[in-house]
Amino acid sequence: MAIGQFAKGVAAGRLDPEQYAENFSDLHEPFTEHEARVEADRCYFCYDAPCMNACPTQIDIPMFIRQIATENPLGSAKTIFDQNILGGMCARVCPTETLCEEACVREAAEGKPVQIGRLQRYATDVAISQDVQFYERAPRSGKRVAVVGAGPAGLACAHRLAMHGHDVTVFDAREKPGGLNEYGIAAYKSVDGFAQAEVDYLVEIGGIAIENGKALGREIALSGLVADYDAVFLGMGLGGVNDLHAEGEDAAVNAVDFIAELRQASDLSALPVGRRVVVIGGGMTAIDAAVQSKLLGAEDVTICYRRGKENMNASVFEQDLAAANGVTIRHWLAPKRVLTEDGKVTGIELEYTMLDNARLTGTGEVLILPADQVFKAIGQTFASSALNGSGPVIALENGRIKVDAEGRTSLDRVWAGGDCVAGGEDLTVSAVAMGRDAADSINRALGA
Amino acid sequence: MADLTTTFAGIKSPNPFWLASAPPTDKAYNVVRAFEAGWGGVVWKTLGEEGPPVVNVNGPRYGAIWGADRRLLGLNNIELITDRDLQTNLREIKQVKRDWPDRALVVSIMVPCEEESWKAILPLVEETGADGIELNFGCPHGMSERGMGSAVGQVPEYVEMVARWCKQYTRMPVITKLTPNITDIRKPARAAFSGGSDAVSLINTINSITAVDLDSFSPEPSIDGKGTHGGYCGPAVKPIALSMVSEIARDPEMRGKLISGIGGITTWRDAAEFMALGAGTVQVCTAAMTYGFKIVQEMITGLSNYMDEKGFTSVDDLVGRAVPNVTDWQYLNLNYVTKARINQDLCISCGRCHIACEDTSHQAIFNEVDGKRMFVVNDEECVGCNLCVNVCPVEDCITMEQLAPGQLDERTGKRVAEDYANWTTHPNNPMAKVREPAE
Repeated sequence: MAIGQFAKGVAAGRLDPEQYAENFSDLHEPFTEHEARVEADRCYFCYDAPCMNACPTQIDIPMFIRQIATENPLGSAKTIFDQNILGGMCARVCPTETLCEEACVREAAEGKPVQIGRLQRYATDVAISQDVQFYERAPRSGKRVAVVGAGPAGLACAHRLAMHGHDVTVFDAREKPGGLNEYGIAAYKSVDGFAQAEVDYLVEIGGIAIENGKALGREIALSGLVADYDAVFLGMGLGGVNDLHAEGEDAAVNAVDFIAELRQASDLSALPVGRRVVVIGGGMTAIDAAVQSKLLGAEDVTICYRRGKENMNASVFEQDLAAANGVTIRHWLAPKRVLTEDGKVTGIELEYTMLDNARLTGTGEVLILPADQVFKAIGQTFASSALNGSGPVIALENGRIKVDAEGRTSLDRVWAGGDCVAGGEDLTVSAVAMGRDAADSINRALGA
Repeated sequence: MADLTTTFAGIKSPNPFWLASAPPTDKAYNVVRAFEAGWGGVVWKTLGEEGPPVVNVNGPRYGAIWGADRRLLGLNNIELITDRDLQTNLREIKQVKRDWPDRALVVSIMVPCEEESWKAILPLVEETGADGIELNFGCPHGMSERGMGSAVGQVPEYVEMVARWCKQYTRMPVITKLTPNITDIRKPARAAFSGGSDAVSLINTINSITAVDLDSFSPEPSIDGKGTHGGYCGPAVKPIALSMVSEIARDPEMRGKLISGIGGITTWRDAAEFMALGAGTVQVCTAAMTYGFKIVQEMITGLSNYMDEKGFTSVDDLVGRAVPNVTDWQYLNLNYVTKARINQDLCISCGRCHIACEDTSHQAIFNEVDGKRMFVVNDEECVGCNLCVNVCPVEDCITMEQLAPGQLDERTGKRVAEDYANWTTHPNNPMAKVREPAE
């Protein structure tokens, strides 16, 4: 029996079972064949298409859409996978509104871009659901490559290495492969175990062994990998979470942990959520945590961001999604203190902020928001200790691994990509591009 | 509001929009609905001679091709003339004409190419009070195998002969419907008028196979794994029809003769174009079969507003207005020089103009300016061909601008001459003669 959104404190089972199922169903229903054909017809097949250039993996979007329009979804899927073997997940999680769809000329023409993401999902779903494999491994090279992290970067790298005929071992600290695809995405963006299905599809090429529960600095060491393998790719993502630098913040929950727990939960009604929730942050993680809190039955969810709307990392689409789900987004508020009583969160004290000569400062005015649960989502950090504690020192830049254009680190035979490297965009699709390109670089190096 | 009433070969109708002889005009039910919707007239679906009714296939009769968003662009059919009893049709025609006296009701007829057959049916039709008859010499499938339809229309002598019989045995106006499945449309048209036809109507449908099923390898429409050519119509045939209408309209032997234009007319604009090329009325089928009879309201209001805008008070002001401007290639002004101009405010940067020009034409559109994506015409290469205009998805984004006399054409390095000059006087023409004015 649902206890409802008004039940006090942090509680599980706020909703009826059907309500959970409805709330966490597919955010965008997959296209039917008819819908896909109608939408595909809208593509102008642009020359040197802006959408394609806006895609970090440079998928030939006009071509894959034309292939959908001509009833060739498998050809379409291959066009996508040629550039992005995780095209299925990217179709679901890419902020297309700031990438391909923002660049679409129909956005310029009429404010309604071709729905590229949903078309990409349509084509890749056809191939994956029919388990059609497009790639064969090159003859075995006899070379062995270690990949650290089975997230988007590591998987893309592993697949491309396997194509080149190398034997790949992928190590991942978690119980399941997939990285953020498996643990870090709002549940309604990847339903029905798609992350796992995609990994299964991808490793079918052969030559890829995934070893879960093996973390760098714990079960494995970089020095050991460099000694045992011909090359190493590091794609372990970001292991740390930024601090709020607010009093009592131990009582706050890491939004990424909440999101991961939610994704892995077999019974959402067992997952507790506060009646009143405050999320600190302004990025996708903040939105995901806030929206999902609301969908779990929280009465009141507020995102507090210390700068203005225009500074938020979350896309406008994501902000609108939050608003549509009843989340309040407040700006120019910085956390000062998480308030607790008997070890339980009762609220959060925030200070209004302003820009003073482009510097963010507090105004001195304070606001207290009552809350049963506070999530912190102000960014993640690269945990370099595991890396450098387990082997020779690798050069960092702005706290993340420094790489060149091909993904080479400062260490010989060690490449890196994804969120753990400096200068990236912290996007799934960028991680895929880096993993793929590093694999080609590794292949060239191994062949030399 | 402009006066849309039309008198065509003595047949009056409140507007020039008629439904062509086809499935929409096969029985009273449909025709009454059409009149209720506002159609000015109909040509009743072709009647055959008395006897056992015609038999149609019992599977698909239509095939089609589509544009984006599955817009129907072309339709073909393998349906025959009416498969209803002659007397039933005649009875209904009589009743409908009585109930709708202000509308044009023309009856299409196709009987064997024998004088007795025509002599027999004409009084029966005349008795209904119908306004006129249309001779179906166009149908390209089925009936043509039996020596009727386009089998007659392809032989000018037969056309003339049958038209003459009709004029002899009925007082009704005779419209001869022409098949486009012929090399020179003027030949049967002249024959029709020689035989006394009051008007011609064209085009009937074009021999066609719309598609091949790539699983069964049967042509479409498929009847038990086999297909046959059908008659093609719809928006896709409009350019062919316009050309054929214009050929008749500008033929010196047929100057001023009456034409009812048919072929892919879908909007008031299409209709107005046919009329400008000499059609006194227009006949519509595919558009109605695609969207229903209501479209005629768009046609009526569209044509009326256009005529008001132009100051045309009657359809006669429009009919034939473009005919003097149809000429032969050799008379086109070679001193008319145009260059493409791309309106950067309207450009959505799809790049199709560039790639069309770059890959398939004259390499006259740059795709980059100062390192930025931008599409600009290179006048040094632009021949003014209009391909970029045609492939651009945004209307009026690319236009062809005429270089004024005296302006430098950067492609040729010459200044644009002021006078008109055509191929007949061009120095490269071995047959060149002294200048003569356009026809």
